[in-house]
Amino acid sequence: MKHLFRFFPKYRKEFLLGPFFKLVEASFELCVPLVMRAIIDVGIAQSDKGYMIKMALLLVLLALLGLISSVTAQYFAAKASVGMVGGLKSELFSHLQSLSYRELDTFGTPTMITRMTSDCNQVQSGLNLALRLLLRSPFVVFGAMIMALTVDVNASMPFVIVIPILLAVTFAVMLVSIPMYRKVQGKVDGLVGDLRENLTGVRVLRAFRREKEEIKEFDRRNSGLKREQNRVGAISALLNPVTYVIINFAVLYLIWRGALRVDAGKLTQGDVVALYNYMGQILVELIKLANLIIQITKAIACANRIEKVFSVESSLSEPENAPEETAHGTVSFENVSFAYAGASDRSLSDITFSCEAGQTVGIIGGTGSGKTSLVSLIPRFYDVTEGKVKVNGSDVKDYPSGVLRRKFGVVPQQPTLFAGTIRENLLWGDENADEETLAEAINAAQAADIVRSKEKGLDEEVEQGGRNFSGGQKQRLTIARALVRRPEFLILDDSASALDFATDASLRKALRALPYRPTVFIVSQRTSSVRYADVIVVLDEGKAVGIGTHDELLVSCPVYREIHESQFRKEGKAV
Amino acid sequence: MKTKRKTIRTVLSFLKGSLPLCVLSLLLALISVALTLYLPLLIGDAIDCIVGEGKVDFETILPLLQRGAVCILLTSAAEWGMAFINQRITYKTVASIRRKAFSGLQSLPLSYLDSHPTGDIVSRVIADADTFADGLLMGFTQFFTGALTIVGTLVFMFVIKPVIALVVVVLTPLSLFVSRFIAGKTYSMFRKQSEIRGRQTALIDEMIGGEKTVIAFSEKENVCRRFDEVNGELVSASLRATFFSSLTNPTTRFVNSLVYAAVGLTGALYAMAGGLTVGALSCFLSYANQYTKPFNEISGVITELQNALACAARLFDFMETASESPDPESPASLGTAKGAITLDDVSFSYVPERKLIEHLNLKVSPGDRIAIVGPTGCGKTTLINLLMRFYDPVSGTISVDGIPTRDLTREELRRNFGMVLQETWIRSGSIRDNIRMGKPDATDEEVEAAARAAHAHGFISRLPEGYATVVPEGGGTLSQGQRQLLCIARVMLTDPPMLILDEATSSIDTRTELRVQKAFETLMQGRTTFIVAHRLSTVREATNILVMRDGNIVEQGTHDALLAKNGFYSVLYNSQFEP
Repeated sequence: MKHLFRFFPKYRKEFLLGPFFKLVEASFELCVPLVMRAIIDVGIAQSDKGYMIKMALLLVLLALLGLISSVTAQYFAAKASVGMVGGLKSELFSHLQSLSYRELDTFGTPTMITRMTSDCNQVQSGLNLALRLLLRSPFVVFGAMIMALTVDVNASMPFVIVIPILLAVTFAVMLVSIPMYRKVQGKVDGLVGDLRENLTGVRVLRAFRREKEEIKEFDRRNSGLKREQNRVGAISALLNPVTYVIINFAVLYLIWRGALRVDAGKLTQGDVVALYNYMGQILVELIKLANLIIQITKAIACANRIEKVFSVESSLSEPENAPEETAHGTVSFENVSFAYAGASDRSLSDITFSCEAGQTVGIIGGTGSGKTSLVSLIPRFYDVTEGKVKVNGSDVKDYPSGVLRRKFGVVPQQPTLFAGTIRENLLWGDENADEETLAEAINAAQAADIVRSKEKGLDEEVEQGGRNFSGGQKQRLTIARALVRRPEFLILDDSASALDFATDASLRKALRALPYRPTVFIVSQRTSSVRYADVIVVLDEGKAVGIGTHDELLVSCPVYREIHESQFRKEGKAV
Repeated sequence: MKTKRKTIRTVLSFLKGSLPLCVLSLLLALISVALTLYLPLLIGDAIDCIVGEGKVDFETILPLLQRGAVCILLTSAAEWGMAFINQRITYKTVASIRRKAFSGLQSLPLSYLDSHPTGDIVSRVIADADTFADGLLMGFTQFFTGALTIVGTLVFMFVIKPVIALVVVVLTPLSLFVSRFIAGKTYSMFRKQSEIRGRQTALIDEMIGGEKTVIAFSEKENVCRRFDEVNGELVSASLRATFFSSLTNPTTRFVNSLVYAAVGLTGALYAMAGGLTVGALSCFLSYANQYTKPFNEISGVITELQNALACAARLFDFMETASESPDPESPASLGTAKGAITLDDVSFSYVPERKLIEHLNLKVSPGDRIAIVGPTGCGKTTLINLLMRFYDPVSGTISVDGIPTRDLTREELRRNFGMVLQETWIRSGSIRDNIRMGKPDATDEEVEAAARAAHAHGFISRLPEGYATVVPEGGGTLSQGQRQLLCIARVMLTDPPMLILDEATSSIDTRTELRVQKAFETLMQGRTTFIVAHRLSTVREATNILVMRDGNIVEQGTHDALLAKNGFYSVLYNSQFEP
């Protein structure tokens, strides 16, 4: 919970004042039995009506002061808990954004979403309750004990015996239930994952008529969760009845001892009533405390899960200053090997090639041959396992990631758009881009007709994930987005796969005509997409089996020839 | 207010199944309250026996204390039983609500799911249901006992001393009034908080889901800024909701203190006049405490319930979304289709204002291979949506073997189609389970045979645990092509009479594609196939090519015939060879 406590200084005032006012309120409350004793022992015994009324007014005054201080306390508690968790969420979100591809691969989306949402909510309500009651309840408990001791040490022995027992019971229940709550949360995670899958994969699931099986599977998880909840519930439900038994047996013992003391003339009847009232106050507080502890236990379990996310740091080192750039527009791979986290096999092994400014590099190869891995290394989405990737003459590890990535326009395999307008999506490339730059990018990406076909043009709404655009439209818009920043390097990772040949060809033509002449990396499976590239890298199971131009490779590289011929077979002509 | 009542009714309908448990819980609550109230009476009597020095009546005290002990044990047993039962009821109810929401989801129209953020739905079914469960549980445990305690206390008080009881009754409405006032105010605040939270979840879902793009564009700061904006809104809404709802406790406690003071004063005055013993007074004070405690709790519960109801309302909103048009009452039977498909004057659009497919006619004979080509956004994907009945046409009829598809159950129709979508979808689970999706009872051998036929066996056996390798949702580190091969293997296994291939081969390298095509060739033998493809090598073998543009079929024919025509198709085709 280190990170939660980091917000403490910012809310120091609230943290001190909230519980403080709660304690003030509790102190007023602790005075009540004494006033009552005075009414019984002085008022009734001496038949003093005026005194009784005075005392009753004192009770009202105590209540009023209690009200004022507790309202103040609630305000500070709400402010501190809401504010702190707000800050925590913001920090957690930003932390997630700072992780590298490697950590994201291991976490998985559903986990990160539950951490951000339901876990944070639980922490917030737990914290709020803790600020309001965590100090108050023990204070009242011990306060009542001390007050009882001032009334009569001997008769108060039940208090001294009972309180440690109660605390022990409470902590025992807590210790048993904390791991159980953690398990419950794990089950909730599973349920979230299941639900998400059913939403994202709805077409496939329905095509395979999986509806009934899916309901069955959800049921299984759902009842698993229910079972786990019932188990932990049975334990935590023990707390109240056990507390009740202990306290009330103490009351009986108190009455007995009190009777003996009164008989011996050491105590008055009013004293016994006061002691009895104190015991009552302890019971009320302990029941509150028990509920509180259940809540806080849940909150702590959630806070720990959040903390776990914080404890994962980006695996990429981050240098302070940008290195000197000697050779603009160039990229070189020097004996690069790469393996994904947890994978035993290398996705790339011993790749060496380089390219000059303004050149087009084609990367071609079969499924799983390492094409995407290769281009992911250039903007340093992953760190190489061995060797060096150099951009503009310097090792990518020497660049601060922001500086490095701003040089790149990346178009990923799966086109991802975000909720907002088309314009907002394009401005991701460069938030200061003017209309002219946007138009240039849109035209080059062959996306002009998409924008034209929309009623509101650039200001057309994009729904979450770009659902209201087809695959091909999304691809062209993501290409435009990458071009908006007029990147030094452009990476197209199979970005034309959903485009028809005509559009694909116009796209390549337009890219070559860009005035700022970016160095372009094209990942493709079509030789038609890479054939005019200055350098073509042919990958086969992570190895570069051919590097050269189209014509060279047709002669020297059997794999390339095979790919090419498979696409142009029966034509009789290898154009 | 009206929607609130409706929400409550729906909640009650879900509780119906737990009626016996509810009755039992109520019974236990009755027992525990009665005993809880009886105890102060015993203790009051005991205190009356402790008058002063040498005037303590030990003979009477002892049996009183013994009776008290029994009373305490019984109370706690009843209390535990009640808490246990209440939890069972709550978790059962929420589980059944979730179950209903989920099974409702299975028949929701795609148009709803396509237009609602995943995160929002997840937040309703998970987080809202959780909050609702918490509220319901509190309601059960504390509302019953609270209400019973109030009534019970009043009864006991009236029996002992009606006048003091009257004082309490007069002051009570104040407490009710205060808590009602606050609860009313906070309901709208909680709803607002819930609404902003939904928006925030949607944003989180989107940004975490698209995280890699965020990183690639170094957009962290902007994204965080957007998050912080929503977060800021949520913080201020939460602060208001939290603070105002937490006012209930102190204010009702204040009212209760007034009651306590009044009881103390009147009781003492009576005692002075000799109308009341000190024991009875202490018993009254203890009642006053117990009587006020449920008010605290009930008002706390009411705020919690407001929150719970707001969440339940959002959840029910979702559950009440109109589901797809129901399957026909007496569906026609298709069996295994021969594969003749007719589209008769079909029109369709996603939004009425923007027309897409209009008056489309098409006749497909069994075994035909129909290639659909055309520029992006021309309506190819839409055609698939209609064939699979993900969407229903606005007008016109689609028939299979002469039977209109709307006369069939969706299940019967879809059983006859095998579909591979452009955007692959892999679920979390083992590779084997993924392939088995369409035929859960397939043997391991059948799975392997299908994978071999789809040329997926090679890469699968290279995975660390082969077919048992577990992949996360979306496929994790599997490449796009590998995912597609898996999707093809799935269809291979189900062996349907009709196929829909949506650019199925676009991400597979052509070397693999060659082999896959050979496998498809076998599969397609005698089966009707629709292929949405850009790859002309695929298209060449089609019996009929539909060239689509703006939702309409502009050209139709074989590859050679279309090329000879020198129309739109030949423009598309020739562009392949341009630099």
